[in-house]
Amino acid sequence: MAETIKLQFNIDGNNFVDAGAASGKVKKTLTQLGFDPAVIRRAAIAMYEGEINMVIHADGGVADVYIDSDKIRIVLSDKGPGIADVELAMKEGYSTASQEARDLGFGAGMGLPNMKNYTDEMTVNSKVGVGTTVEMIINC
Amino acid sequence: MKVKEVKALLDAVVETGEALMDMEVKTACGSDMMSDVLAFVKEEGLLLTGLVNPQVVRTAEMMDIKVIVFVRGKVPSAEMIELAEERGMVLMRTQMPMYVACGELYAAGLVPRK
Repeated sequence: MAETIKLQFNIDGNNFVDAGAASGKVKKTLTQLGFDPAVIRRAAIAMYEGEINMVIHADGGVADVYIDSDKIRIVLSDKGPGIADVELAMKEGYSTASQEARDLGFGAGMGLPNMKNYTDEMTVNSKVGVGTTVEMIINC
Repeated sequence: MKVKEVKALLDAVVETGEALMDMEVKTACGSDMMSDVLAFVKEEGLLLTGLVNPQVVRTAEMMDIKVIVFVRGKVPSAEMIELAEERGMVLMRTQMPMYVACGELYAAGLVPRK
């Protein structure tokens, strides 16, 4: 593809049922564009984990996805409480998820580490009281 | 193993995906924790779970899991069935508890590849 394909989604923070819908749409778009299934799977899982995080922790946010033939860039921005200690949040097993999130099968403290595992680059910028931006790059 | 063999072994009821009974599944995992499914499942296959909410179907979608079996007599909601239908997935339910359902499939040869 010659030009970058840009997709934007508003993630509703009060809707546990629709959480994941944006990731599903990205997965569908990447499939239609003919990307390698392994790449699609990595992008879909990483974005889904991020989307769930935004719903669980940050009352939603915005997801921007930039698709090029050689890489997929996903930027998740929220105006949530922010992460006080990003290094701690990146540790497997550390979680501050609510009981509601745990009842849905999340909150194992695997989200951020898993996002890092499935992507080639991940940057987390967060400020307490302001919000968090997570940028992920998946090389194709 | 074909999906219809899974159905027979688990004495399961099909909620959606009756047309996909001849599809092959090569592996399975059992978990009520979607976080762990997202982190540890390497191969596409079958998911056994006692958790019932739409995020189970979403998780399976991201993981390329095409077959979900609800254990312990759990019944998926109409919303979940619709989500699964749209995605070409099979949803089944069995009265068996997780341990027994996993054991039946494992003993019949549905073993994850090393």
